[in-house]
Amino acid sequence: MSYLFAAYTVTWILLFLYISGISTKQKKLDAEMTTLKKLIEQKK
Amino acid sequence: MKNLYSRFLPSVCFVTMLVALYAIFIYAPTERTMGDVQRIFYFHISTWWVAGVALFVVFVSSVAYLWKRERRFDATALASTEIAVLFMTVGITTGPIWAKPIWGVYWTWDPRLSSALVCWLMYVAILMLRRYIPEESKRSNLSAVAGILAFVNVPFVFMTIRLFRTQHPQPVIAGPGGDESGLAPAMTHAFLITLVAFTFLYLLLMQKRLAVEATEQQVDKLHKELELA
Repeated sequence: MSYLFAAYTVTWILLFLYISGISTKQKKLDAEMTTLKKLIEQKK
Repeated sequence: MKNLYSRFLPSVCFVTMLVALYAIFIYAPTERTMGDVQRIFYFHISTWWVAGVALFVVFVSSVAYLWKRERRFDATALASTEIAVLFMTVGITTGPIWAKPIWGVYWTWDPRLSSALVCWLMYVAILMLRRYIPEESKRSNLSAVAGILAFVNVPFVFMTIRLFRTQHPQPVIAGPGGDESGLAPAMTHAFLITLVAFTFLYLLLMQKRLAVEATEQQVDKLHKELELA
């Protein structure tokens, strides 16, 4: 039973790490995009 | 249609995954010789199956990129490579966890396990290659060539249990036995539901990863615009 638990836990941890990695990257890029848009507006 | 797909995909993915978990742990019977540990089978096979689909997408996108030279094909190849590596990592981790109580060892250098490890290493190398080449066109070209060459190993990994006598079990689904797969009907249902759930998960992850790639392209454009302004 512990092997079954380990296998499913590892699966969910790996999936969670990847999904949280994507979300963090998306948030960073969104913030960078907002900053760049503001800078372009200021320069115009 | 595209909006509808984006809107409902997370819910569809969540519901199918819940149904799959119900099918695995409650609906499917306990296997007679292995016991409960056999339930690893449903995730283990499904992740390798979806990894295979993802690797095929890498291959097709790489060919399309070299032919058309459009950035969207390179983005698709990158996204699918990452997700394939994720699913292969799950498969290569759950396999030894299942092997230990059944074979008595976590790992053995048998053709299926060794070729699967080589396959995983090849695609990890492609991701590393992408990180270490700064020039965009060179990076995309080399990654596309590597994506095509690495795919040669995929049918070999699939065929190893048919070509060699291995410690890894012979195919139970679509094997030489045809319909006599050796799986109880409830087990086959649970397996098929899990396969559908993981296919939706793949589509969802692709959608999210491609969205990141699209934002990255927009950020690049804005950087260039700012330099010109």
